Order: sequence, then structure tokens, then C-alpha cells
Amino acid sequence: MSATITRPAPDRTLRLGISRAGYEIRSYFRQGDTVFFTFLFPLLMLTIFSVAFSDSDFGQTPDGDPVTAAQYYLPAMLAAGVLLSGLQNMAIDIAVEKGDGTLKRLAGSPLSPVSYFIGKIGQVLVTAVLQAALLITVALVVFGVPLPTEPERWLTFAWVFLLGVTTCSILGIGLSGVPRSGKSASAVIIPIVLVLQFISGVYIQFSALPEWLQNVANLFPLAWLAHGMRAVFLPESYSALEQGGEWNLAGIAIACGIWLVVGLIATRATFRWIRKDG
Amino acid sequence: MISENVVEVRGLRKTYKGLEAVRGIDFDIRRGETFALLGPNGAGKSTTIEILEGYRDRTGGEVSVLGADPQHGGLAWKARLGIVLQSTGESGTATVREQLRHFAGYYPDPRDVDEVIAAVGLTEKAGTRISKLSGGQKRRVDVALGIIGRPELLFLDEPTTGFDPEARRQFWGLIRALRDEGTSILLTTHYLDEAQQLADRGGIIAHGELVAMGPIDELGGADARVPIVRWIRDGVLHEERTREPGALVARLAAAGEPERLEVIRPSLEDIYLDLVGETDAIPMNEGSAR
Repeated sequence: MSATITRPAPDRTLRLGISRAGYEIRSYFRQGDTVFFTFLFPLLMLTIFSVAFSDSDFGQTPDGDPVTAAQYYLPAMLAAGVLLSGLQNMAIDIAVEKGDGTLKRLAGSPLSPVSYFIGKIGQVLVTAVLQAALLITVALVVFGVPLPTEPERWLTFAWVFLLGVTTCSILGIGLSGVPRSGKSASAVIIPIVLVLQFISGVYIQFSALPEWLQNVANLFPLAWLAHGMRAVFLPESYSALEQGGEWNLAGIAIACGIWLVVGLIATRATFRWIRKDG
Repeated sequence: MISENVVEVRGLRKTYKGLEAVRGIDFDIRRGETFALLGPNGAGKSTTIEILEGYRDRTGGEVSVLGADPQHGGLAWKARLGIVLQSTGESGTATVREQLRHFAGYYPDPRDVDEVIAAVGLTEKAGTRISKLSGGQKRRVDVALGIIGRPELLFLDEPTTGFDPEARRQFWGLIRALRDEGTSILLTTHYLDEAQQLADRGGIIAHGELVAMGPIDELGGADARVPIVRWIRDGVLHEERTREPGALVARLAAAGEPERLEVIRPSLEDIYLDLVGETDAIPMNEGSAR
């Protein structure tokens, strides 16, 4: 028949994935609630903390300059952004699409699930990058946060960010199976994300938490991402406040890497367009 | 690869937790024909169509759709199908045109996006977000998405639910045009006039079994279509089924003008209701006289 697909499959899968990403990004920015709760939320929190704690003491650099609230909270909000754009957005989005029939429609179309995920991860990547750029720009321009000048620090930022986004996205796909319906998706996912943020040093200074709670938080990727972002944006001397008294970049790679692999295996094993009945 | 039949079903069975939803049905759909699957809710219609679409796995029997087993249909196989599911709850932020253009990209030889939009009567709404459309308009988008890929075989599961009469007429025109282009169609519907208008052949499914199958005008067999003559004499209602109603009426008239004389040709609906066993009374109601 004329209607057989003649293109080589990998090429077609990638092409449709990119087309899907464009479609997803457009949809993302048309949904007012996701733009607010996922995209702008960290920026809002950064602004609130920077203003509310403008008189608080966050220590000082070796040169004696005070570290402002904005500088202190920028890494935390960048980590939160990675979690929201990756995990929260992905988990809620897919759960809703499962519930409203979008996935069933796609299941009946010649779209490969791989293309679908390329689209989703593409959307997450683009929105997360825009979100981080916005956060850093506002921190610099509005709150005068000094940004690192050493290329190594930006290199660290790049890999922590990318690893974080990828890991959170994959885990989001896994979590999308937890809500029983699209309607309950936000109610199920947001509390998980909130608790993680509170115990992982996003809203509350990590070093102020009891050691056992720090250890619990360190089982999850967010605490490591926040740790990595602090290593990039806080003065070197602040490593003394960390567990072990130093920046543990290898720990970030290991923790996120394990979650990434676990998430990939779980997704590969469990994701179905639709649940075939028993 | 081109066979006479686009769908072949033999001894299809489907059991849910010990409950037999489909109990061994057989039918074929020939290339280019429109086949209507009729039956009450819960009779096994949707289960059957979803097995053919690849959404459900069967418990037993053989199924071939476009030469493949739907349980193992790949992407190239899906590219040859068009599926209009029963209403879904989607309300995308994409506009009608964006949605169709995007889905057109999935298929090797899609139809022209604007032509499809025109065919389903949504030209004026092409730039509107789908979430802002009415229920009937969203349903037309579903239909448009079902045909955008130029399918060889189109599944229409209760496609006109929520359409006003005019939209339904328009839709019938569209389906006839698709049929004229050679598209094979499997239609399920609650509207028997719709089946009569569109289908070449049909099957009636009840309690998981096919209780009738054949050309849509002959469903239920010749006996079910024997006209009924009904009249009242001396206050008593009389009914008689006869193949020669004219002769009967003439005899009746010869004995004096009967009261409320009717000759009733059972409609598809009457035959259907008889077959699915939901009624004995309804075909005899006054309103069904033709």
C-alpha cells in the first residue's frame, strides 16, 4: 500500500518528537495556571524572600561583603525551578493527559511513545532554561546579586542543571502513574513536591535542619540539586556549613545518576499509552 | 496485501473478570464498504470496536485488521487507520488548525488541513482554541482528527452524539464522500436512521452475540419485514402480518370500512428493538405507523 511509512524510523521518531516539543511548549504557555505555579513561582518566592529578609544576616564573603537574602536564596530557587519544571510539571501534565483521553488518542495514532517523551522533555528543557535565565537575570538586575565569574562554576551549573532537569523529568513520568485521575493530579503531586522543598533546603536553610532530616532529604535528588546550586552561587567559604564541610559534587552526580537510572527503568517497564484492562 | 476484507473476526471472545462481554462473534468488513455495528449499551459493541482498534486484548478468537493482528499493530499499521473514539474530555489549548496541522504530521500522506476543516464545517472556527468550542464542535474536531491521515479504514464510535440535526446531515454527506473515495468504515451508532442512511451492511449485537447480520435493508430477515395490517372493528384491535397487505385491505374494505386502518412496514428501528429483546410493545405503538 502507498500508506506504509517509508522514512527510516529513528529519523521520523526524532522529527515528530521535535514537532511535539514545539506543540507542547505552545500549550504550556497558554495555560495560565502552569505558567504561574510552575514557571513564575520560584521567581515570586525569590522576590518575597529577598524583600522579607532584606535585613537578616546571611553571613559574608571572605572580602567582608554581606551576602544578601537574594544571593542566599537564588540557588535554592534555581533548584526548586528544576524540580517544578521537571517533576511537578511532567507528573501533573501526563496524569491529566491520561485522564482526559489525550493519551488514548495518541495511542491510536502512528506517534511513537519515544516521540511523545522527546516532546515532553523538550518542553521541560526549554521552559526550565527560560525559567533559570529569568531567575538569574532578575537576581542580577533587580537585587544586584553578584554572579560567579569562574568558568568552572558555570560548567558545574550547566551539568547540575541538565542532570537535574533530566532526572526530575523522568521521575515525573514515573510519578504521573500515582494519581488515580487527572482531576486529582495536582492534589497528589503538589504536596509531595512541597514537602521535598521544605526538607531539602529550598525554603529553610539546610544547615538549620536536624542531621537526621538532612540525611532523609539526601535520599532524594532535590537536596543534592540545591547543594550543587549553592556550590555555584555562594562563596567558597560557605562550604563549611554543608554536611562534611565541603562541596560534594561527586555526591550530586551519584545521587541524581541513581535516580535517573531507576526512573528510566521504571518508566520503560511501566509506561503504557493506556491501561489495558484485565 | 489488498484483500477483499479489511476486517475479519472469527469467534471473538472477551471476558472481564469472569464476565463474558463478547461471546464468540464472527463478521467481516469488505474493502470499501460501510459496516454498522448496532446494539444497546453494554451489549459488547465498544468492547468489540476497541479490540479491533488495538486498545483491548481479546480473550479468544481470531482478529485481523488490515491484515494484522491489532494486538501487535505497529506504527505503520496505525498510520492506515483513522479512529474516532467515543467522546473524550480533551480540551486542548491548541486551535483547531494547529491541532490538525500537528496531527497531520504524524501521517505519511495526510489530507489537506483546511479541506478537512471545511469538510467538518469548522472553517469559521479554524483559529479558535479547542477548549473554547461547544460540545458538538469538539466532536467535529474528533472526526477531523480521525480522517486527517487519509485512513484506509475508519472507526467511528458514536460519531454524531451531540450533533444537531443539520450537523448530522452534513456529517452524513462527509461520510458518503469518504466512502466514495474508497474508505472502509466501521460505524457504531445509537441512531438507526443514521445506520440506514450510511451503512451497506450491519450487524446487531446483543448480550455479546451477533443476533443479526447482513445488508442493512435486510437485517433481521425477510420475515421481520412482513408488513402489519392493523384495524379496529367493533371496538376490537386487530392485527395481521401479511405479504399481501393490499389484498387484505381490499377484503376488509369489502366487509365495510374498517376503523383506523393502517399498513405498517417494520422500520429498522422496529426490527432492531425486536431483536435486542427490549420490547414487544413498541413496534405496535401508534406513532410508528408509516
